[in-house]
Amino acid sequence: MTQTITIQPITRIEGHAAINIWLDDAGNYKDARVNYMSLRGFEKFVEGKPAEELPDIVCRICGICPWMHHLASNKAVDRCFGVTPPPAGHKLRELMQTIAHAEDKLLNFYFLAAPDFVIGPDADYSVRNVVGIAKANPELAQQVIKTRYMVKMILDKFSRKTIHPVAGVPGGFSKPMLEEERREILEKMKQVLDFSQFTLDFAKKNVFPKYMDAIKTLGVITTGFIGTVDEKGGHNLYDGKIRLMKADGSYTDFDAQDYADYLGEQVVPYSYGKFPYARCWNEGFDLDVDHPKGIYRANTLARINVADHMATPKAQAELEEFRSLFGRPAQATLLYHYARLIEGVYAGERAIEILSDPTITDPDVRAPFEPQAGRGVGCVEAPRGTLIHDYSTDQNGLITRANLIVGTTHNLGPMNLSVKQAARALIQNGNVTEGILNRIEMAVRAYDP
Amino acid sequence: MGVRVASEWLNSCSGCEISIIDMGERLLDILAVADIVHLPALVDSKYYGQRGDQKHLSLPEADVGIISGGIRNEEHLEVALEMRKKCNLIIALGTCATHGGIPSLANTYTVDEIKERAYSTETTDRPDAYPSEGLPALLDACYALDEKIKVDIQLPGCPPHPDIIFSALVALVQGKPLSVPDKSVCDTCPTVRKGKGELKKVRRFLTAPEYGAPGEPLDKMRCLLEQGFLCMGPVTRAGCGGDGITPRCVSARVPCRGCSGPVRHDGNQLLDMLNALASNGIDLKSIPNRPLLLRFSGAHALLKPVFQERRSS
Repeated sequence: MTQTITIQPITRIEGHAAINIWLDDAGNYKDARVNYMSLRGFEKFVEGKPAEELPDIVCRICGICPWMHHLASNKAVDRCFGVTPPPAGHKLRELMQTIAHAEDKLLNFYFLAAPDFVIGPDADYSVRNVVGIAKANPELAQQVIKTRYMVKMILDKFSRKTIHPVAGVPGGFSKPMLEEERREILEKMKQVLDFSQFTLDFAKKNVFPKYMDAIKTLGVITTGFIGTVDEKGGHNLYDGKIRLMKADGSYTDFDAQDYADYLGEQVVPYSYGKFPYARCWNEGFDLDVDHPKGIYRANTLARINVADHMATPKAQAELEEFRSLFGRPAQATLLYHYARLIEGVYAGERAIEILSDPTITDPDVRAPFEPQAGRGVGCVEAPRGTLIHDYSTDQNGLITRANLIVGTTHNLGPMNLSVKQAARALIQNGNVTEGILNRIEMAVRAYDP
Repeated sequence: MGVRVASEWLNSCSGCEISIIDMGERLLDILAVADIVHLPALVDSKYYGQRGDQKHLSLPEADVGIISGGIRNEEHLEVALEMRKKCNLIIALGTCATHGGIPSLANTYTVDEIKERAYSTETTDRPDAYPSEGLPALLDACYALDEKIKVDIQLPGCPPHPDIIFSALVALVQGKPLSVPDKSVCDTCPTVRKGKGELKKVRRFLTAPEYGAPGEPLDKMRCLLEQGFLCMGPVTRAGCGGDGITPRCVSARVPCRGCSGPVRHDGNQLLDMLNALASNGIDLKSIPNRPLLLRFSGAHALLKPVFQERRSS
């Protein structure tokens, strides 16, 4: 008789998913799947709505990365209406996105991922969480909560609303930045950069060496990667070309407007979420653990794999060290956590760069435009991966069609592969412990925002 | 032993949970007096036992149950019913839970229409059948919590401000009554109103409102509705700014879209707004898209599939 194990809900991730594992008579792995349980219908219900309202609607796709949806949507509407934001409007948008990334790295590492590494994967579930961390390391916990709160309040105070932002508007930004605001935020972002560097150093010293065996084995699969690069091939979160890399390191760069020529989405019977794949590789789609086809990964590890270099000095030094240890492209799934903290350093450095440019306080932040028929693709790198909003409008500027490829979904196929790999390796002869099941979940958590 | 708290997210985005974390250091004060027994975003408690071998969904007992998100599928419903059974008191957290929220905009379409679009976009390889294996079936609409279970406390907001969440939790722990704002956004908005004017039409938000110099305080800016923008302040519950009074969006020089839901729990933001505009002599035809006036409160059967509206009219 086969046995089914259901891990539901997958916890310490954003969103609704479950893992099912099937064992054979001998209690060994037969198959495993990740179900994505949610279908809300955004691609349908935005139809007919005035395009300029979309940035405030679609941010509700995700409460962890609302700035990403908000800005990808604004970029798409800009294109539909043929408007280019003035330089300060563009800079304010990138600044908000960059600071949101900096916050996200702290949230992910300390609140979601660290319990597995700091408390331990086999610890009782009642203490394997941020509360457990707060009790075990009260001073660190307080500093984490204070710093993360400071970053969040920078966004909140300046943009007025940061969970489900409203300050990005088609044509630019809704309000200019004052000189005193620029100085205040610049000072705070210097502190944030210090803390991001501290976090990476802490993890390099206390976390990654201890878990090197797990890093080399848990959820490890071989895939391609996707991410955004600037005109020099450098890592970029806000703008640039999309780079799609094969597992052998060869790659193609393309304009986000042409994404549909390169990417496809598979529908699988066990997931409401669709599984994007590299249609342009002409090898189809297959979730065979040892020989996947069409599968690439997105999110932090993918971005630092596809980039020729990091565009800021401290992050570049970290990338060089990372590459000397793990090569390019690095495939080990738990390295997402390492890559995430390198991006945290980048986000701090990049925010400081943007804020050091005094022209960001130019009061001209929004360009005029008229609604018109058009088509536009807006793309940014969300924490979980390359985020694509593609809209068409009619002559009144109402949405006639929307196609969304959300960062998370690029990794739905890879998460399935990593879970299959982990379950196959860890479950032997019917021995299923809570620690083993948590390790299988860790293969999913690596991909979280 | 502290107050036992269980929390669940249903048809939601996790913004409400992030708003809980955005209490900052106050979160540590809460954790000092509360035991979190279930909270999927942060704690590893499972529905089918910690080893995944139980047949039925089960949640731990708790004094306070916090639920974000509306009810869109059978799993949401099962979890909501189990939360109601195991928790002494249920808080509906956020406008999705209290009024459906943005996802209830889907209520103008049937489930088939939603799936037809999702699984036939330009990049999608069209399947022979829609996904269903191991997946909860969708209900016919997105429901607010109180349409399916009894709710003790309604805390709207998209998301509710951390100050509001903190005050609510402190009141619960101390056994004190809870005060939720019962004014409108307009009642708390400092912008300049000159009363009934010459405005005949509302306009879309295509240009920046006039607000003077970049740092000009809000009480020097003319009311956005009087500037002609469709600002939902008159029919939206106040409190989005937490202990600060200023409406958040208006202070970003952007009209209120109504994210805290109607001023009274059972109000109708669409009808109330149409009344407000009509009584000021504004041409209702100038509203670009009426369902958008219910974009945050389309549950409670206020938004329905278009064909049903046609059939009934």
